[in-house]
This record gives sequence, structure tokens and C-alpha cells, in this order.
Amino acid sequence: MAIRFTLNEKAIEWSGDPAMPLLWYLRDHAGLAGTKYACGVGACGACTVHVDGAAQRSCVMPVAGLEGKRVATIEALAASNDRAAHAVLDAWKELDVPQCGWCQVGQVMAAIDLVARKPAPTDADIASITNLCRCGTYPRIREAIRRAAAQSRERGQS
Amino acid sequence: MSAVTRRDFLVVTATAAGGLVASAYFPARARAVETATRGASTALGAFVRIEPDGTVVIGARGAEIGQGVITSLPMLIAEELGADWERVRVEQLPLGIEASPNPPGVRPRFGAQGAGGSTNIPEGWNELRQVGAQVRWRLVHAAAQRWGVKPEDVRAEKGSLFVSGGRRTVHFGEVAGDAAKLSPPGGELPLKPASTWRIIGTPQRTVDAAGIISGTTRYGLDVREPGMLTAVVARCPYFGGEIASVDDTKARAMPGVRHIVRLPATPANEPMLHNLAAGVAVVADDTWSALQARNALAIEWKPGPGAKDSTAALEQRCIAATKQPGTHVRNDGDVEAAHAGAKRALDVTYIVPFLAHATMEPQNAFVKLEKDRALVIAPTQSPGQANKVVHELTGIPRLNIEVQLPRAGGGFGRRGETDAISEATLIAKQVKAPVKLMWTRDDDLQNDFYRPFGAHRMRGTLAENGQLASWWHTTVGTPIAWRGRDMEKAPAWMGLVDEDGVPAGLVPNYRSEFSAAEFQRMRGWWRGPVHTFAAFATQSFIDEMAHLAQRDPLEFRLALLGEPRELPYDGHGAKVLDTGRLANVLRIAAEKMDWKQARPAGRGLGIAAHLVFGGYTAHAFEVSVAGGELHIHRCVCAVDVGQPVNPLGIEAQIIGGTLDGISAALHQEITVKDGRIEQSNFDTYRLLAMREAPDVEVHIVPSALAPAGAGEMGTPTAAPALANAIFAATGKRLRRMPFAPQLRG
Repeated sequence: MAIRFTLNEKAIEWSGDPAMPLLWYLRDHAGLAGTKYACGVGACGACTVHVDGAAQRSCVMPVAGLEGKRVATIEALAASNDRAAHAVLDAWKELDVPQCGWCQVGQVMAAIDLVARKPAPTDADIASITNLCRCGTYPRIREAIRRAAAQSRERGQS
Repeated sequence: MSAVTRRDFLVVTATAAGGLVASAYFPARARAVETATRGASTALGAFVRIEPDGTVVIGARGAEIGQGVITSLPMLIAEELGADWERVRVEQLPLGIEASPNPPGVRPRFGAQGAGGSTNIPEGWNELRQVGAQVRWRLVHAAAQRWGVKPEDVRAEKGSLFVSGGRRTVHFGEVAGDAAKLSPPGGELPLKPASTWRIIGTPQRTVDAAGIISGTTRYGLDVREPGMLTAVVARCPYFGGEIASVDDTKARAMPGVRHIVRLPATPANEPMLHNLAAGVAVVADDTWSALQARNALAIEWKPGPGAKDSTAALEQRCIAATKQPGTHVRNDGDVEAAHAGAKRALDVTYIVPFLAHATMEPQNAFVKLEKDRALVIAPTQSPGQANKVVHELTGIPRLNIEVQLPRAGGGFGRRGETDAISEATLIAKQVKAPVKLMWTRDDDLQNDFYRPFGAHRMRGTLAENGQLASWWHTTVGTPIAWRGRDMEKAPAWMGLVDEDGVPAGLVPNYRSEFSAAEFQRMRGWWRGPVHTFAAFATQSFIDEMAHLAQRDPLEFRLALLGEPRELPYDGHGAKVLDTGRLANVLRIAAEKMDWKQARPAGRGLGIAAHLVFGGYTAHAFEVSVAGGELHIHRCVCAVDVGQPVNPLGIEAQIIGGTLDGISAALHQEITVKDGRIEQSNFDTYRLLAMREAPDVEVHIVPSALAPAGAGEMGTPTAAPALANAIFAATGKRLRRMPFAPQLRG
């Protein structure tokens, strides 16, 4: 039986292996390689996407569990008018966060989720993000999230 | 219409549209290669391309692994060119090689393109500025001819040419076609004085950051090419082991599975030139099918010569060997006599574990083989060797093997090895289709060229005046020079012993000796090699000697370094050790840390400094430990890289290098039990988490000296400075890594 879900606002019907993790569906079948593989066990967050608006690790999420859900990847958020997404991407660029960059899409997706949920994230809120970065970009990530939250609040008021 | 002019090293061509293309080769760097060459170079791209509309495209020659060379190297060209950096477009160059007639073989077309030893900036410093200057000469002279003025009266700035005192101006594109027909005199052209720089020394953001964060940058693992199959490999978990039997019946029947092929083991004791392990490759339509089928393989392995080995036993062997004499790498004065008569002496041993590189993007390679051509797209720090291994395995002429260099998701030394590219080639040969090979995280952690394991026995004595009287460093470790490529002439201590590092030359009696320990796993270059391995012991032990002398650890170090002077130093990246530059970064780190300010009970300060590939680093930490958990209150790092090229990039490298050092010091260790690696993912091989990562206060020393590369400078002193701070806070001396389990225990 086919699984129906929405991917970046498009209706998807998947009748392949329902056990396939969303990550591999995105990368190999939907042509969306912005979402990255790094651990395959949900330990690092490089594969973070939004499912029904919340950050989720797609490497441990079987397509079977997506019935009726809305999935958004970086490709859609970067092209959208989403306020939190743009505040986060702008702050990431301004502060020159990426080094190797492999984990950064996941970091950005986690940050967008945080900024959207918490317009004024505390240091503890920011520290609750468990995405891993091997290059050690954490200090600039923290600063970028603070800046993005502030900008998002400003834009929301104007 | 195109005119080709070859003067010195720059090849400049006019484009049909009236633009200019400048490429180059570097005869001084060309190395003889044994390979026969035929056909044309497959490499495309150029250092500088100027379009008729004035667009300036600069080629980035270095393999980008997160160290920032895709930004910093083009900055060097743009500066001398007089380009407008805001409008420059940077393109990553592929591997550039071309036929070399004498000696026959291939030579680099763009100079050095690999990443290792933090050499990109020092090697590019003159070469790439010269590229910019050679093109600028042509533009300036073309404009001067057009206007009938002296070339000295024309200047190139922000992408345009101006006449001094006059009002005439043209953008580069308007004279590019004429410029391409001109040739400067042979030899090096004068470079711009530093006072006129507009780009070098200014903070510049990563040129391709927008693509990285919006998911459009294509890394090696993101490659999708027509007809491509995806491969994963089940490798023998025992080093040097072989396949005893394979039952692939179930796997072959699974959907999407196309081929199941074997990879041979390298015979024991032969150099490990290609694939690391015997294995069974599953080649499928997509990644998930390949992974599922790999799980369904039933393989019996024949364990290799290391089947019973363990790191616990290795540690005992290393410690025992420190009690025996080793090869003297350096021996000044008489350490034995100094020890015999000493009233105040220490004799302690430090342990440094194996480490994996754990690049976030796991190893991968795309290889497409045709009759006499090949295409490789892979994250690599060794593009030339990537080309070479494909040639070795297929016989395809080197000039017909194109190597593209996608941005790599981390390197840290791991991608200096080309084993994944070899595996992909071996698989592509068998299945006769383009193959993308993917390693999973457990593949990556369990099949690495690990940072060497070692024991450092440190013996030191104090003179009556409280200064160091002798220093005796006995290193026993697993050599990197073991079954490697081109390792025949390498000494066994290469990459393990920093024989001229502090305090060599500063103590009357000094010995550094080495013994090799046997172990059945490959060892390799891990960010800041030599230094991360050795400085933990040397910079911790100086601290121990300072405490023995009842001296402040900073004052003890400064007294040891003494007057500013250059000491001979024989190691890659530096020819001298400047005690003044080292003392300076120590003083800056201490001052920024308010070193002399008393701290509340339970807080401790630690400091360490080291020469790393020509740059000088000092770290200072303020920490406390409560309930077995470390809290880093402050972390300061002062660096002297010589002339900073891109301060924003240097700061990123120092922050990242520092956190890498902390991450390894606190959490990381690869262990082997019964011949098998015990770690398999980030749950058992932990990376520093954001909540544990301190802010790093980076201070870059202003300098006009020739620059060193900053990619590895932040790592080596982090662990000893942290250990020294933990001692100051708790009285507990940590002499082995990782620290976190010891703090909890």
C-alpha cells in the first residue's frame, strides 16, 4: 500500500520499501541532496529536516511513518519566504559559520526550528541543540542563532 | 582567435570573445612521474579568467576541506591582480596536470593542490601573488598602450585601470583581449607593497557559504551521474584478515541489487597502496538497497595477524619499552649524569590513544571508467595521488584521468589517503558501470589510518636555581611509516617525535629517543600530526616541572625560553624556532586570561604554547570540575601566523582547531579488543557537543612575516593547557587521554 505524504508542498506517493529512511528517499529518489548523511543512527543531526514543522532526524525515520505528514527540506525553506528560515540563513552568512559545511544544513534546520518555536531563545535553549559539528563551529552557531532570533523578532514587528 | 604566450610559468590565452585566460605550470615543483603520458590534459579551468564584460573569475587550486583555502588562495591572486573582491567569482579548479617532456611524465599545471601540513598558504604566498602580478602587468601595459601613456602611470584597482592624475578609466574586460597578447619580461615581477593592500589582511567570508547552507553545494557523496550505481562494502573487521566464505544468496535476491563482488586483501607486509581491507562489495540501484543487502550477507572471516591483539596489551608493551633504551633522535649534553646527581627529579609517563579522523562526510568516491578515460569525483586531500591510484589499478594514462575536487566534508588528514578511491575503482572495474562508493560511519571509524598510539616517558631534573637541568623524553609509539606509500626512507619516528620542539636547545642536557611498537592497524596523519601527539606530553610535563620547582607555570616557561632568538629546528613547516615569538603568544594569552588575578577556590588556570608548522600558538584555560563534570569558564588562544591573509578564516580555524583539541582530549579513543575496533559510531566515539564547547577568544598577533597556515595551529596546545588547568583546579594530573572518564571516575 502506497504511503502518502507532502514533501516541500508536493504530494508524494511512495510504494517502495516502507522501511526506507526518509534520508535515503530524499537523497536518492527525490534528488534532494542538501540533507546529509553522517551517522545513520540519529546521533549527529546532519540529516535534520522538518516534519510537520518540527526538526526531525531523517536517517532514523522510515518513510512508513510519514503517512499524512508534511516534510520540508532545506531546498524548500531556502527558497521560501519563511521568516525564521531567512533570518537564520542571513545570520549564518553574516557570521561566516560554515567550515567544511557538511553538518551545516542540519544545524540550520535545527536553528530554524528553535527560532520559530522560541523567538527569544535562552543560552540553555541554544545549548539544547544536539547536532554535532566536527569542525567546531559551535561558537559562531550560537552567535548566529542569537542574531537570527533578534532579526526575526524585528522583522516580525515591522 | 587566440595567442598563446609562454613566459616563465604563466600561460595566457585570449578567448574568442575577447577575454583573457591565465593558467600556469610550476617547473620548480614538477616531479618526475614514471607514468607514460599520451593524449591531452583533461584538466579545465584557469587561475584567472577575465570576461569582456569585466567579470573576473579566479580559480581556487587547493583541495577545500573546511580549512578555507577556497577563499584565502584566490584572495592572494585577487590582491595582486587589483580585482574587486566583492565582484570576483571563485571557481574550484580540478586537478591540473599536463605532459612533462623531460623527464617524461606529468607535471602539475596549477602547482600544489593537496592539503596537508598547513602548506597551502605558505606555498601560495609568493606563487599565487605572482600569478596576479603577471596578469596585472598585461592589463596595465594594454591600457598604457591604448592611452599612449607610460605603464608606470597606470594602476589597477578594484577591477579597473586608472591613469594617475587623469580621468581615464577602463574596466579589466575592456583591455583583456589586448592584454592577452602582451608578455611581461621573464622572471618574477615586483609585488605590491603591503601598504597598498586592499584584500590581504581583511576579514573575508567563505566564498561558497551560501550554497553550503542552502543545500545546493554538491559534495562527493551528493554526486548523481547517469547510469551510476551505489556501492557499499562489508570489510573484514580484522586487520589483514581475509574472506573465508561468503553466502550472498539472500543479498542477491534483494530488490535493487545489481552486483556482489569481492575486494582482495593486500598481502601481509606489503605496502598498503590501495584498499585497506578484504571485503565484499554490494552494488545496487540506490543506497538503501545496498545497505540492506550488505546486512544480508553471511560472511566468515579469516582473522589476520592481529586477531588476538588489543590496545590494552599495546599499552603495556609501550610502557615496558620506555624502560629500555631507544634510538637517539637528539642527544645534547649528558642526561644520565644529570639524573644521577639530581635532588629534584620527576619520572612520569603519558599515554596518547589511537584517534579516528571521523570526517562528518564519510569516505566516498565516484569513479567512472571508460575505455581509456576515467572520471573521479571525490573528496580528497591528495588529488595527484587520486589520479595515480586510478592509473595504477586500470592502466589508463594519467592525463586521461580527470579528478574533480568537490568541497570535502572535513579532512583532518584522513583524505590524504586514497583507499576509498581505490576501492571504488576496483568495484567499477568489475561491474563495468560508474560507481559511487559510500562508507557508513562504522566503516569510517573502523577502517582508518589512526593517529598513532604512544607512551611518552618523561624524565626531568631541576638545577639548584630551579631551572630545568635535564629533559629526557622517551617515546614509544606505533609508527606512521609502516606499510605506507612512499615510506621506504622515512624514519620510524616521523610524525611522532618533535625532536627540536621546546625545550630542545633550551636545556643543557636533552635527549629525545624513540622505539617503535608493533600493531596491526594503519596509522596516519591527524590534524597537527607530531604536535598533537607530542605536545600533550611536553607541555604537560613542563607544567609538572614548574610545580616541582614551586614556580608559576607561565614564569617558568618564559624563563626557559629566555631572550628572543632563533633556535635551529628541523621539521616540516619551520626552519627555526623563534623563542621571542613563542614567548610573545604566551604573554598575550596570559594577559588576556588575567593570569595573575586570583581565582575563587576550585577554579584553575592552565597554559601551554607550541610551534606548529611555522606558526606559534598559546592556549590558556580557566576551568573547574564539579560532580565529575568539567566546566570551561574561559578559553583564550593567541596565535602568530605571520602575516594574516584572511583574519576571519584564521579565527574560524583557531576556534575549530581548539574545539577539536578539546573534543579529542575529553572524549576520544579508538580501542581494539581481540583484533576488532570497539567503536562504531558517535555514541561510542564522541564528538564535543555544543553545550560542552566554550567560546574561544582568539587573538591574532599583527605581523608582516611570511605567513604560516592556520588550519592545524589551534589543536596541539588545547589538550595540555586544559590538563594543566584541571591540575590547577583539582590537584589531579591527567597523564592520559581521554580526560572525561577520569574526571567522572
